[in-house]
Amino acid sequence: MTDATLTSGKTAPARKTGRRDIGLKGRYAAERRFRAYGLIAIGLGLLFLFLLLASIIMDGYTAFRQTSIQLNINFDEQVIDPDGGRDTSSMAMLTANYPLLAQRALYDELGIGEDDSDAQRDANALLSQGVRTQLRDMVISNPDIIGTTQPVWVLAHGDVDSAFKGQFDLSIDESRRRVNDRQVAYMDQLAEDNVLQQRFNTGLFVNGASSRPETAGMGVAIVGSFYMMLIVLVLALPIGVAASIYLEEFAPKNRLTDIIEVNINNLAAVPSIVYGLLGLAVFINFVGLPRSAAIVGGLVLTLMTLPTIIIATRAALKAVPPSIRDAALGVGASKMQTVFHHVLPLAAPGILTGTIIGLATALGETAPLLLIGMVAFVADYPATPFDPSTALPVQIYMWSNQAERAFVERTSGAIIILLGFLAVMNITAIILRRRFERRW
Amino acid sequence: MSVALLVTIVLVLGAVGYLVGAARSRNVVAGETSKLHSRPGYYGSYVLIWATIPALLVLAAWVFTAPVVIENQIQASIPANERIDMSPTQQGLAVNMVESIARGLRLLTEQEMTQATAGFVRLRPLLAEKGVALAGEGEDWMIGSAQLLNRLTDTSRLWRSILVLGLSFGGFALAFIQIRARLRARNRVEGVIHAGLVLASTVAILTTIGIVLSMLSETGRFFSEVPPQDFFFGTVWDPRFANAEDPDAAGQFGLIPLLAGTLYIAFVAMLVAVPIGLFAAVYMSEYAGPRFRAIAKPLLEVLAGIPTIVYGFFALITVGPFLRDLSAQISGIATGDVSGFISAQSVLTAGLVMGIMLIPFVSSLSDDIISAVPRSMRDGSLGLGATRSETVKRVILPAALPGVVGALLMTASRAIGETMIVVMAAGIAANLTINPFEPMTTVTVKIVSQLTGDLEFTSPQTLVAFALGITLFFITLALNVYALYIVRKYREQYE
Repeated sequence: MTDATLTSGKTAPARKTGRRDIGLKGRYAAERRFRAYGLIAIGLGLLFLFLLLASIIMDGYTAFRQTSIQLNINFDEQVIDPDGGRDTSSMAMLTANYPLLAQRALYDELGIGEDDSDAQRDANALLSQGVRTQLRDMVISNPDIIGTTQPVWVLAHGDVDSAFKGQFDLSIDESRRRVNDRQVAYMDQLAEDNVLQQRFNTGLFVNGASSRPETAGMGVAIVGSFYMMLIVLVLALPIGVAASIYLEEFAPKNRLTDIIEVNINNLAAVPSIVYGLLGLAVFINFVGLPRSAAIVGGLVLTLMTLPTIIIATRAALKAVPPSIRDAALGVGASKMQTVFHHVLPLAAPGILTGTIIGLATALGETAPLLLIGMVAFVADYPATPFDPSTALPVQIYMWSNQAERAFVERTSGAIIILLGFLAVMNITAIILRRRFERRW
Repeated sequence: MSVALLVTIVLVLGAVGYLVGAARSRNVVAGETSKLHSRPGYYGSYVLIWATIPALLVLAAWVFTAPVVIENQIQASIPANERIDMSPTQQGLAVNMVESIARGLRLLTEQEMTQATAGFVRLRPLLAEKGVALAGEGEDWMIGSAQLLNRLTDTSRLWRSILVLGLSFGGFALAFIQIRARLRARNRVEGVIHAGLVLASTVAILTTIGIVLSMLSETGRFFSEVPPQDFFFGTVWDPRFANAEDPDAAGQFGLIPLLAGTLYIAFVAMLVAVPIGLFAAVYMSEYAGPRFRAIAKPLLEVLAGIPTIVYGFFALITVGPFLRDLSAQISGIATGDVSGFISAQSVLTAGLVMGIMLIPFVSSLSDDIISAVPRSMRDGSLGLGATRSETVKRVILPAALPGVVGALLMTASRAIGETMIVVMAAGIAANLTINPFEPMTTVTVKIVSQLTGDLEFTSPQTLVAFALGITLFFITLALNVYALYIVRKYREQYE
């Protein structure tokens, strides 16, 4: 301070010529720059968020519509059931040449002659391989349609789907793209007759894994994720709440409870993949639970979510004012009754929001599930949590490794669905917090 | 009786016990519940606890131990001359074989059974007829073992049912006859609940012990085959998977290239996240009006809620190809060579995308810490004529520094442990390079790639994942403990 006064004393004569230059202009400029940096930082963050969401949505919104072809299929008895057995479980019914039915209907539709094998081959490639199962399931569930002609929407091949959605550049040389000129002409012809259409893609929500993009869906993954969330909810919520109640309301302040506290904070920061290693070593190798099963995934995610729930619950319990406890104790309630009858109900909204947020994190978690073998190719719905299954984020991971254009679209579509689930959970948490938030 | 049926019976008995216990407590005092020590519900709960908890505990213990005991007996039933030639894996296979034969035997009729016990040659077609396909060739002794297995399983189930139901009914009766007006039911029930609460809070400790023990034991097995110094100081990562011609092919398991990749990518991520996050936090806490803050802050935090797999896909599909094409254009203009100098999978791609993910962690943590700096320090600085930015730079940031450093350390530990982004965007080549445009790989990527696939946990190729895991665990643990220490120390200064 003394230095400052000295210098100002020396420059005193300059004061007469005008105001002392203390660099105000520069300081204000620095101030504006600093402010701008802050705004730019926030802008960049929001820009990244926008780019991320925009690129996913641009790539993925088309996955919700799937190109299908309407064919008048004649369920020819000669093809399906030449022996006339009509026994729905017989091998003949299961292995009949169903694609032939669809192909014949398609030739009729396109006006292809019976001996034009080149044209037939190109036309066959328009249809998805999934036609076989689709027609088989129709016949087995309702054998009466044998011998009749029915209009059926069948899936188009994944390449046709991509081409119809305009994802292929049709101007490049015919040999370098996956749909040739004749097929494009067929597509145009079918589209003109209004039998080639984009329809809502229910398969995306109900089908299991498939190596063909047009029949691949996330049904199994949704069921697997649902099982895991159920296990996490059933185990993590009670254990987490019980642990928090003990630590917050009953625990003596000693060495042991201190260790538990520090431990919980550290567990919250352990990398998720380490939980995967734990699950592999303990639940699969030691206890001998099945690989790829939702039960193991659920247990691993439970251990991972517990710290989050405990921390949120303790905060909620801490927020209940001591006067409530004192009043309950004062009228003769036991400590246990005070906690369970008075404190816990008041803390419930906070606990619930914490739990939902913990569940949302668990729903998006991938790495530990890779280690316990949930990357299996599962086409059938798991009946129990002990059956092989997969989970939403793992399904996304598996699809992202597939090269076809149609799988990129499906991966993005799956991400949109996953983000949709997460958004619903988080918005529920926010609404719960707003609705039940209490200030004392 | 199956486990599910036993559990149902025990639970039903418990529910009945609750009703009966509560009713009896009312009867004992002829309806004047004020004479009871506790409310009737507590007497009900008392019976419920006695009827369910001991029985369920015994059941759980039985379910876990019985298969182990039985399997040991089956192992012992392998004829001694056979057992000498078998490796542990072969023994395991033999036991599996015995198990499937045992399952098959249950489907046979009395008459078929006598045929089947004649020898394996006769047994196989019989089982195939019942739809039980046997994987390999079996030996005759396996049939005897399978019969033993079935006998043991039956005995075990019978005793399990008797014991569990006995305990449940016994507990029920014991608690029921104890009920009288002076019984301190509430205290006892609360004692049990208290014990349950204590038990729940030890789950956290058990998890930690589980992590450390499980990884230490597997790591120990790994180090018995690969010397620790080769692991910790090796500079080459080449874990050749054993092939048929050369089953002893030992790979090289050098940690250094993985660690270098991990730290390099984390460093690039922090270069992106720290300035953006810090400036955003300062602006949010010092400049932004309440309305701007109410919109921008949750929006930024959305970035933290997006699953990392989505970032990985974003890096793989959008950012990686974009950087590759951009570099191709730049080098096309500069040198006329249109091959890009940035690989689609590179340190830069992974670091950039991971940095985006970390922005909200930096900004939220620092925001809390900056807001915790007392109002009076700001007012003092502003009152002396400093501008806001000078106050931030000279007063608030120095005061908040320990907390901010703690927050950054926590963020760094998250960057080091992050898996999905690097799995998809960093590549799998274990390079030692300083060029950020080339792919590098990380510890987490290698854990995933060593453990996906059907592998036996006997070779160093799979066991190394646990050594990597425990290294990762301790690095992140050290960072977090240090960060917590710094944050706590700083918090005390203003409270």
